[in-house]
Amino acid sequence: MENSTAVVKMRNITKRFGPVLANDRVWLDIYKGEILALLGENGSGKTTLMNMLSGIYFPDEGQIFINEEEAVIRSPKDAFRYGIGMIHQHFKLVDVLTAAENIVLGLKEPGRLDMDKVAEKVKRICDAYGFDVDPYQKIYNMSVSQKQTVEIVKVLYRGADILILDEPTAVLTPQETEKLFAVLRNMRDDGKAIVIITHKMHEVEELSDRVAILRHGQFVGDMLTKMTNAQEMTNMMVGRPVTLNIERPDPVNPKPRIEVEGLTVRDPEGTVKLDNVSFTACSGEILGIAGISGCGQKELLEAIAGLQPAEKGSIRYVTDDGVREELIGKDPLSIADMGVCLSFVPEDRLGMGLVGSMDLTDNMMLRSFRRGRSFFTDRKNPRVLAEKVVKDLEVNTPGVSTPVRRLSGGNVQKVLVGREISSAPSVLLTAYAVRGLDINSSYTIYDLINQQKKSGVAVIFVGEDLDVLLELCDRILVLCGGKVSGIVEGRGASKPEVGMMMTRLGGKTNG
Amino acid sequence: MFDFVSFFPRAVMQGIPLLLGATGETLTEKSGNLNLGIPGIMYVGGICGVIGAFFYEQSGNVNGILAVLIPLLCCMLGSLLMGLLYCFLTVTLRANQNVTGLAMATFGVGFGNFFGGSLIKLTGSDVPSIALSATSSYFRQSLPFAEKLGAFGKMFLSYGFLAYLAIVIALVSSYVLKRTRVGLQLRAVGESPATADAAGINITRYKFVATCVGSMIAGLGGLYYVMDYACGVWSNDAFGDRGWLAIALVIFTIWRPNVGILSSILFGGLYILYLFIPTGTNLAVKELYKMLPYLVTIVVLIVSSMRNKRENQPPESLGVPYFREER
Repeated sequence: MENSTAVVKMRNITKRFGPVLANDRVWLDIYKGEILALLGENGSGKTTLMNMLSGIYFPDEGQIFINEEEAVIRSPKDAFRYGIGMIHQHFKLVDVLTAAENIVLGLKEPGRLDMDKVAEKVKRICDAYGFDVDPYQKIYNMSVSQKQTVEIVKVLYRGADILILDEPTAVLTPQETEKLFAVLRNMRDDGKAIVIITHKMHEVEELSDRVAILRHGQFVGDMLTKMTNAQEMTNMMVGRPVTLNIERPDPVNPKPRIEVEGLTVRDPEGTVKLDNVSFTACSGEILGIAGISGCGQKELLEAIAGLQPAEKGSIRYVTDDGVREELIGKDPLSIADMGVCLSFVPEDRLGMGLVGSMDLTDNMMLRSFRRGRSFFTDRKNPRVLAEKVVKDLEVNTPGVSTPVRRLSGGNVQKVLVGREISSAPSVLLTAYAVRGLDINSSYTIYDLINQQKKSGVAVIFVGEDLDVLLELCDRILVLCGGKVSGIVEGRGASKPEVGMMMTRLGGKTNG
Repeated sequence: MFDFVSFFPRAVMQGIPLLLGATGETLTEKSGNLNLGIPGIMYVGGICGVIGAFFYEQSGNVNGILAVLIPLLCCMLGSLLMGLLYCFLTVTLRANQNVTGLAMATFGVGFGNFFGGSLIKLTGSDVPSIALSATSSYFRQSLPFAEKLGAFGKMFLSYGFLAYLAIVIALVSSYVLKRTRVGLQLRAVGESPATADAAGINITRYKFVATCVGSMIAGLGGLYYVMDYACGVWSNDAFGDRGWLAIALVIFTIWRPNVGILSSILFGGLYILYLFIPTGTNLAVKELYKMLPYLVTIVVLIVSSMRNKRENQPPESLGVPYFREER
């Protein structure tokens, strides 16, 4: 990159949120025609730093230079003027408007608002970079990846030269990710500067030209991607050497714990979400569930937890003495009492399982408040538990009495997963447990899951990262469009094989 | 026999204050502000107009144009101040919108009754009301040839200028909301302020302007009621619960001012239907008929939530204050 010029120079940028120092004298250069990966643990201030470039926050101290000129970015409007466009992790789109309406939102073009003209220009941008967007489609009818495309077209429509993407692949399928990367490379070759925030190491290695690393709000260094490796980057992020191996102990004495037979589930609109699904989950084993998003993983877990009515089939819980109990028809509470625990991390994290305005202790109590005998609730044990979760999972919080909403996304998730695991279940259902978590916390979670497995819990693990599924799980159930595409052994399964099964029933090898 | 030709104009005259109130509230709600102070603002609009007209009439010679302009400006100034107060509390200070709105509704009614009472004292009349018949006659001026056109004239041309203005305002509001850049951005502010902010829209300005313009339009509703419907007679509490009905009308029209034109006439009709249906001496039945507008609102709420179409839902961030650096 010796020949390129730094389009953005950030110097001594500091930002505080109350007592929390989010960015501490950060120096960062962004060059034309390169893809920069910004790395750091959860809460290390990556998003905050980029938000200051895009005008959402204003730095407390420091200077930003754009094309060698000092820039004052007080609002997103200023950012557009400097050609900076940011695609946020949570899409900034208005659901009830069409794609085209969202794209022109906030623009001051001369003349009347002519949607057809806008649509035409949108089409032109799409053709140039290979997007597929219907300008007249409403946002609420779109899939996540379509929404993301609209976001990208939106910043391009404004003529952005500097694109910032905050965890763009967190909600995409492998195929969609590939498509996105191709587009990003196109734009790089077009001379645009691209910053991408991500936690997935293989994406960093595959896509980026240079990496910059933040730790606890401070800039620790940058280097060319081809000169480094995942291990070194992770060590820099965490600040000490970490091992990057997921252990997979052999299951000890596996016995059937959950038997699912011919399960069929329809959603309220009448679409079949699960079609004749049968499998057995054993104690002391991790059963992975793979599939592209929306092909029935959520419904499967919810059906087992009693949150989703089943149309046909049976779900039997097998106790240690071999007694079988039917779970269908039981209410979620009594299923949970039998030790079946569901930790589902939805796309918006706070949507299910935690109450944003309540503090850590109160959120722990959501699981236990029914258990007390006296009229008053027991706050002591939940506080102890909250403190334990904070310590074990290294949750970055001022204290256990902080409202969950104030924590950064990854930390919120640690609280949720930590609580579910701590309730000592006999069956642990977990979906997207590491969604949006940095690599170090992810490995902490994998360790926790492995501990549960060793203590004889049947774990059902829904994941989106195939590499992890292949490394962590003993067996992998592949779903495709609500049907079981096959069950493969985790040891020895190959990524292409499972990938094929995800998209086509039975895959190529019919495994 | 049901006399439609005389029923319809009365329904329209009942409906116009509701239409103005609802149009104002729709614009306000589109910016994400749930202004429950509308009843109070309509009261303030009415009494401010009355105060202006009262002192102008007292001053002696009455000029037609000034007799209309002075109450009009007083009314708009009064309701603008109410709108500014609401915005300052909810947007600048981020106070709870429901509490602020309810407080302003109570305050507005009290304000109206206080100054209304004072004026009544000033006139020293025997009846507890003020009659501003000179001003009212200018407000009620209809087209001279309307009377000659029989039923058609009576049904469509017999109203004062404020009634037509109300319909024009509703149509313009609809057009602005649906077809213009400003409308698009206003809708975005109400749906998702964070998105609008990221798109470079000045949230505070949109909320202030929409709420203040909405308040002024609603204030006109109060003025119309006093000057046109009530023939210039102000008596305390006469305006009644029309302000609340206007808020119900916003839901009924699923946030569309153009739908409001016909709906307000329907509501107005339901409001006075009991006068036109022979119920004999049974007062209980009359009271039941008075419930109609509210029953219809409830039914509409049920139907619209059952259909559950996204476009028919209230603006998504309605009632939620916006702070950019909130996490």
